[in-house]
Amino acid sequence: MKQNAVKKQLRLYPYLISALLLAAFSVSLVQADVPKPDVPKAIKGEQCVEETGFMRRNHMELLKHQRDDTLREGIRTVKHSLQGCLSCHAVKDSDGTFVSVKSEKHFCNSCHSYAAVKIDCFGCHNSKPQQQVSQRNP
Amino acid sequence: MSTSDEQSPNLQRRRFLAVSAAAAGVTLAPGVMMFEVAQARSPSEAASRDVRWGMLIDSNKCKTGCDDCVSACAKENGWANDTAPLAQKPQWIRKVNLTHKTTGHQASLPMMCQHCAEPPCVDVCPTGASMKRADGIVLVDKHICIGCRYCMMACPYKARSFVHEIVDHEDAYMPRGMGTVESCTMCVHRVDKGEMPACVESCKEQAIMFGDLNDPNSAISKRLKEYPSRQVRADLKLNTGVRYEGI
Repeated sequence: MKQNAVKKQLRLYPYLISALLLAAFSVSLVQADVPKPDVPKAIKGEQCVEETGFMRRNHMELLKHQRDDTLREGIRTVKHSLQGCLSCHAVKDSDGTFVSVKSEKHFCNSCHSYAAVKIDCFGCHNSKPQQQVSQRNP
Repeated sequence: MSTSDEQSPNLQRRRFLAVSAAAAGVTLAPGVMMFEVAQARSPSEAASRDVRWGMLIDSNKCKTGCDDCVSACAKENGWANDTAPLAQKPQWIRKVNLTHKTTGHQASLPMMCQHCAEPPCVDVCPTGASMKRADGIVLVDKHICIGCRYCMMACPYKARSFVHEIVDHEDAYMPRGMGTVESCTMCVHRVDKGEMPACVESCKEQAIMFGDLNDPNSAISKRLKEYPSRQVRADLKLNTGVRYEGI
């Protein structure tokens, strides 16, 4: 009798193990889900230069157009400029200084690391709001 | 219009311009000014073909051993603290000392991009990154520069340098980046605001004059008309925007 009971218990093990595995798997699935980017709010103003949905889809086109206009034609309007973006979408660190693109908190980084899109802008451009010449280090 | 103003509105305007320019520039002698005030365009206005920016450098005034223009350029454009080894250091502008072979006469002058009207660097660029703006300023569009350095080979003035290493531009202002060619921009960002290039402003001897070569009434054009000047390697017929006196 006793032996039978042990056998019955053993027969239950595969079910138990598979149930455990399934549970573990589903937990790991939830954990692998990358959290939605936490996009920092702009430091000034409520409304971007264009409608938010339009900006999300087309900001790169605006920047590209602006860069050619500025460098090749000498048109220096700031509405769609990179500096224009940075001056509003600057993010401050806990110590009150603006973070550079090296930080995960940087406005551009917050989305671009989520979307896995590498941007080259900051290979040359400063990723912080622009400083005046007099404020720069010699 | 009243009868006293009958001359011509143009003449009136010219007089007004002459008065305001004299007030803004430094008057050395009657009719000779060290610099004129560049007229700022509105930010939405493109650079105009009617203007051709140029410089006139008086090597008689330029002091041997002084490198104020070089350090001002380095500070303005953020290449002062470049960590590249000596052979690869950026040279947007450099001081050159000349000694006449027979007379021994020595002259000192700053050498940089000569902003040619027919720039060989633009001719050879395979991507169109090397370009001349409508107002005659020769630039590198680093957005499309692939770093092939053909322009550096083509330039007779050795005016361009290549950025070999990653630039730390935490606080940089002028965009500079590894793998692209760079050179004197005639401080285009300042000129567009109506300011003088950094080297012009820094020169204590006032040896560098900046202005519009296309405007016959600009101080630089008047000076060029009055005194002899030279283009370096004029034999190449590049029609340089930077001219020299005293060499």
